[in-house]
Amino acid sequence: MADVLTDRLPLFPFRSPDDDPFTPVTAADRRRLDGPVTRVRLPTGGWTWLVTRHADVKQMLRSDAFSADMTRPGFPLLRTPPPATPQNRRGGFIRMDGEEHLRLRRMLTAEFMIKNVRRIEPHIGDVVDGALDALVAAGPPADLVATFALPVPSLVICHLLGVPYSDHAFFQQRSAIMLDQSADPLAVRDAATSLRAYLGGLIETKRTSGNPGDDLLGRLVSDRVRTGELEIGELIGMALLLLIAGHETTANMIGLSVLLLLQRPAVWQRLRDGGDAEADTLVEELLRYLTIVRTGLPRQAIRDVQIGGRLIRAGEPATALLSLANRDDDVFDDADGFDPYRQAHQHLAFGFGVHQCIGQPLARAELRIALTRLARRLPGLSLAADPAQLPKRDMSIVYGLAELPVTW
Amino acid sequence: MSAHVRADRDVCIGAGNCVMTLARVFDQDDDGVVVVLDEHPDGEDPELLQRAVVMCPSGAITVTTT
Repeated sequence: MADVLTDRLPLFPFRSPDDDPFTPVTAADRRRLDGPVTRVRLPTGGWTWLVTRHADVKQMLRSDAFSADMTRPGFPLLRTPPPATPQNRRGGFIRMDGEEHLRLRRMLTAEFMIKNVRRIEPHIGDVVDGALDALVAAGPPADLVATFALPVPSLVICHLLGVPYSDHAFFQQRSAIMLDQSADPLAVRDAATSLRAYLGGLIETKRTSGNPGDDLLGRLVSDRVRTGELEIGELIGMALLLLIAGHETTANMIGLSVLLLLQRPAVWQRLRDGGDAEADTLVEELLRYLTIVRTGLPRQAIRDVQIGGRLIRAGEPATALLSLANRDDDVFDDADGFDPYRQAHQHLAFGFGVHQCIGQPLARAELRIALTRLARRLPGLSLAADPAQLPKRDMSIVYGLAELPVTW
Repeated sequence: MSAHVRADRDVCIGAGNCVMTLARVFDQDDDGVVVVLDEHPDGEDPELLQRAVVMCPSGAITVTTT
């Protein structure tokens, strides 16, 4: 799809390493976009329609005129795909369409619904308190990413899935490779293969034991695998997706949220002194403002479709840029400003359409509990580094801070 | 003015935004699929009903006012 004209298009994803972490797209990059639905150049050589308005992103992500299947020729890719390994894609339902997608997603829906997340909130609270106890015992200073932001959601998703947290170094290292846009395609393949082998071993142990266990993977083995509804290879892919998405996203939201809150003492104090309802409002605004999936959601049109007044033809690639949709002044007053009192519920940080984040009730609960308890336990928390110098995860599909040095 | 709330259970993907928005009107069954608890929620804030409609990612919810 590369042609002479493609070379003149702005390169996407936008990158400006020295920029502040609260500006998803710089003013200079925004000026280079010549409309709300405009073509940008991809690092893999092709181009994609970049869709940036809130209403257009919603329409695009809800439309069945687009496919999420990245194995389709012409799909907008940010990195060269690994050599064809179809077995590595089994069960990865975020890259499936239609009934194939719904069949697998629906097996997980109940696990993440609000009333079931409420049931595990006490466990989330215990995990958060445990991390805070360890922080306090070790004393300041600390890297809040390594000691709090990453372990909390990682412990929670391990508990939920039935994956031993003691293996976290193994799966965190490999999931980082899978999310790294600059990773070598062979390294990505190897990371996926070894994670699948690891999860396959866990699932096999559950399957062959008399009691698969009262966790998500154990329940799917009992209720779906043994009944013949679900194949092991599919369950492995679902487990892989939940394990990666279940800790990377929330971890980076926690890190960026704390950085923002520590620079706004009034909001930090409100979080400490306020109730759950105020914390919930704040969490929605953090989700809107930080939008950590900065590379957007890639799709490919499977028939001609109008989005934002543009004709996107069958076969053409399109990318829904969630971060700019969440800064759309038509929906959010002074959208580039952070407002903890704002009703931000219309944000698209979890995506939209049939692929909208299945774990959003869990993410919301984790963020509310982690941030509230951190503010209450360590009210004097402060940054121990120049915020402008913090290392960022610029090359990860999930943006965030690599480190957050703090003291108290 | 009376609102009539309907939900298409075949379209629902169980994201649960409606339950988060209005737990008095919406629930999810054991499979996570939407259930309308009150089809005629008279006295419910029309803005919240509308919010449940626009936030539903799959377009499963309709509210008609008569």
